[in-house]
Amino acid sequence: MSDINSRIGDIVTSNDVVLFMKGTPLFPQCGFSSRAVAILDHLGVGYESVDVLQDMEVRQGIKAYSEWPTIPQLYVKGEFVGGSDIMMEMYEAGELEQLMSEAGVKRAA
Amino acid sequence: MGMAADQIEVLIREALPDAQVTITDLAGDGDHYAAHVVSAAFAGKSRVAQHKLVYAALGGRMGGVLHALQLTTAVPN
Repeated sequence: MSDINSRIGDIVTSNDVVLFMKGTPLFPQCGFSSRAVAILDHLGVGYESVDVLQDMEVRQGIKAYSEWPTIPQLYVKGEFVGGSDIMMEMYEAGELEQLMSEAGVKRAA
Repeated sequence: MGMAADQIEVLIREALPDAQVTITDLAGDGDHYAAHVVSAAFAGKSRVAQHKLVYAALGGRMGGVLHALQLTTAVPN
């Protein structure tokens, strides 16, 4: 368990924006993950994605790490932001864009 | 598979007795729901903390038998 926690810790701290999702940004395997990708694409920020379907250890480990029961999960600068519902609420309120710019997240190339 | 809408509401009200719970069956299949939960217990809490209260009320069913629950939370006006 501690191994997976440190692995996840490395992932979320070595990338500004990380989306843990089912599938890939090009081929999301779940409607919620698809919605999360669409939001990040609309914001135009660069992000790293982790396909939990390819890694059972991360799939279970991220739920414990974040104390959050579902995928997708968004991290910005090592901090858990929320799942797709919270992402959508924050996006609609302009808060997600604000969070990204305050965190100094770069636009996607 | 799935849970009945009224079962979801009962579980949330057990943990958050003042909650106004509105459940929408999104696909009409008893498996894809949206829940809007309004409770004074959310006051002063972050969105993540608010959602965690609801997930705790659902007692580990989120991500298990309850796959698809879109959740929004609010504090009463």
